[in-house]
Amino acid sequence: MAILVNKDSRVVVQGMTGSEGRRHTQRMLDAGTRIVAGVNPAKAGQTVDFDGASVPVFASVAEAMAATGADVSVVFVPPKAAKGAVIEAIDAGIGLTVIITEGIPVHDTAAFWAHACATGNRTRVVGPNCPGVISPGQSNAGITPADITGLGPIGLVSKSGTLTYQMMYELRDIGFSTCVGIGGDPIVGTTHIDALAAFEADPDTAGIVMIGEIGGDAEERAADYIRDHVAKPVVGYVAGFTAPEGKTMGHAGAIVSGSAGTATAKKDALEAAGVTVGKTPSETADHMRTIINNQR
Amino acid sequence: MDLFEYQAKDLFAAHGVPVLPGRVASSVVEAEAAAAELGGTVVVKAQVKTGGRGKAGGVKLAATPAEAAEKAGAILGMDIKGHAVARVLVTAASEIVEEYYFSFLLDRTSRTFLAMASVEGGVDIEEVAASKPEALAKVPVDPLEGVDAAKAREIVVAAGFPAEVTDAAAAAVVALWDAFVGEDATLVEVNPLVRDGAGAVIALDGKMTLDSNAAFRHPEHAELADTGAADPLEAKARARDLNYVKLDGQVGVIGNGAGLVMSTLDVVAYAGERHGGVTPANFLDIGGGANAQVMADGLDVILGDPDVVAVFVNVFGGITACDQVATGIVQALELLGDAAGKPLVVRLDGNNVAEGRAILAAAAHPLVTMADTMDGGADTAARLAAKGA
Ligand SMILES: Nc1ncnc2c1ncn2[C@@H]1O[C@H](COP(=O)(O)OP(=O)(O)OP(=O)(O)O)[C@@H](O)[C@H]1O
Ligand SMILES: [Mg+2]
Repeated sequence: MAILVNKDSRVVVQGMTGSEGRRHTQRMLDAGTRIVAGVNPAKAGQTVDFDGASVPVFASVAEAMAATGADVSVVFVPPKAAKGAVIEAIDAGIGLTVIITEGIPVHDTAAFWAHACATGNRTRVVGPNCPGVISPGQSNAGITPADITGLGPIGLVSKSGTLTYQMMYELRDIGFSTCVGIGGDPIVGTTHIDALAAFEADPDTAGIVMIGEIGGDAEERAADYIRDHVAKPVVGYVAGFTAPEGKTMGHAGAIVSGSAGTATAKKDALEAAGVTVGKTPSETADHMRTIINNQR
Repeated sequence: MDLFEYQAKDLFAAHGVPVLPGRVASSVVEAEAAAAELGGTVVVKAQVKTGGRGKAGGVKLAATPAEAAEKAGAILGMDIKGHAVARVLVTAASEIVEEYYFSFLLDRTSRTFLAMASVEGGVDIEEVAASKPEALAKVPVDPLEGVDAAKAREIVVAAGFPAEVTDAAAAAVVALWDAFVGEDATLVEVNPLVRDGAGAVIALDGKMTLDSNAAFRHPEHAELADTGAADPLEAKARARDLNYVKLDGQVGVIGNGAGLVMSTLDVVAYAGERHGGVTPANFLDIGGGANAQVMADGLDVILGDPDVVAVFVNVFGGITACDQVATGIVQALELLGDAAGKPLVVRLDGNNVAEGRAILAAAAHPLVTMADTMDGGADTAARLAAKGA
């Protein structure tokens, strides 16, 4: 069954006609994703030919939904226009929008997140600045390489794209129900907690790997949530133990200021909530492998 | 990007926030001239991107231009929490009656903006927040509604500002919100916001952080970058659009994606515990979609670092396929020739890994060692660095 996306998901790509959008639409199709529509007001009525599919372009998300029954949007629209694209998806009432775009001003993200909240969170937002959501063998809404591993019992939630890939690779012998890249920006729609809740409720997920990194307090709050609400085994990993304080390492979110938000603080909080925390990606994977093998 | 006080105040003034006139000086002579031009008593303030300047002796009153010169002489070159003072702000002195605290910031936890205000200004606000939390008002601000006069009044009343300054303080708060939104800031902080003898409300200090993702809306922000302070290697990397941070170890690190590179730094540091205590020399993220040229640029920066003894390239090919990465490494080594005199450990996995490894194997460069895993590569690089150091 997986979470967020599955084989029945019907995906509309916002920004499909741009070079990034086109490239990744092909990859999503190759991974078995049902891409039913693209959106570009300037090219409405046209179709775009891919290897193995011909995808119609609509003027708006609402029109695409009406014509194709799309229920997931993936956003590749450049930063300048991303806010408008996300608000359009929310106003169309789509169930899930996955924002891949990197470099969106945080005031724009704050605005579309506030808009999502003001409309009752009908639309679940994933991202921005994320690799998206993949349920291996079923659907890939985003840019995660689809051939790392296949379907299995592990759920994965992570801020970082390449660490997600690394962890999928480490556990390729077991496989995943769904991997959710929530993105590393200071404001993201779906949080670690939202993903944990969904995995807890998913009968196809037997164990959860949670990857965090320095900055903010999302991992600490996730730890509180796990203590009270998650019965399934959770294994954690936090990147940035040796990062010096006060230096920004790429992600807007990965900033250490003082003691709060350090990798050690996050590890301690997770362990106090009963989560086994690995020191490295491979050690983390070993912990999860042991748990899954003991369940078998 | 964090701004200096004088830069923040320039932007404050452009949005109608009341500030006092001031001049920036980088020498004693300039400071004296600035004080003479402003007239009357002035304050000479160290311009460094950290708080607590007052406590550190970086903020001094001067009654005459000669005294301003003397104070500037003492402050210029000072070290405040690791920041060398290269400039001072010479600004009119205010007759302070009361000091308040005010800020707008991004609240990551509640995913919205927050106004914070207190009548206990001028002091360390973290201390107030810890010891007297009720003295610090925290008011959420809806990004869609913003801050108008009524909302501004709500904030200053919540903080308990005296009735006679409510109007003036609320006007300053509206102007600060205008600066916060108009400049795409993630923080504006004024400590102290003061009431002076004439009842005016003035921002005596200013801290501001700008969102670099919004640079496309603010081409003028490029001029605010403090190019002088950057490490030369960081400057070289920035000129090539590389996401690089200089650290103080011996193992150069290149990877793709901030999370994986941070994780690589950790794994290298752990390996260093087994190999003479070597640690990472840098953070370098070549990004998810890097091509051969970006890899070559990255290697050039890292091999140019005299502290680097060995290099670990850790790439998980996603959008960037491993063959492109391998081609970049081979090209960079050709380009650098004899200058590339340091061992390179390369770990490739993911998209097109077989092709990537084949390219490196065919090149058979004497400096390159292949690694099968991230842990193994980190261990080899740390061992080589310990041996060569
Ligand atoms: N123009 C001025 N006129 C009079 N007094 C001033 C002036 N500027 C600063 N001061 C005094 O010096 C103190 C310290 O100045 P300021 O807040 O600018 O430095 P700071 O050390 O950066 O503060 P913080 O710790 O909040 O970062 C102020 O609280 C105020 O009392
Ligand atoms: Mg101050």
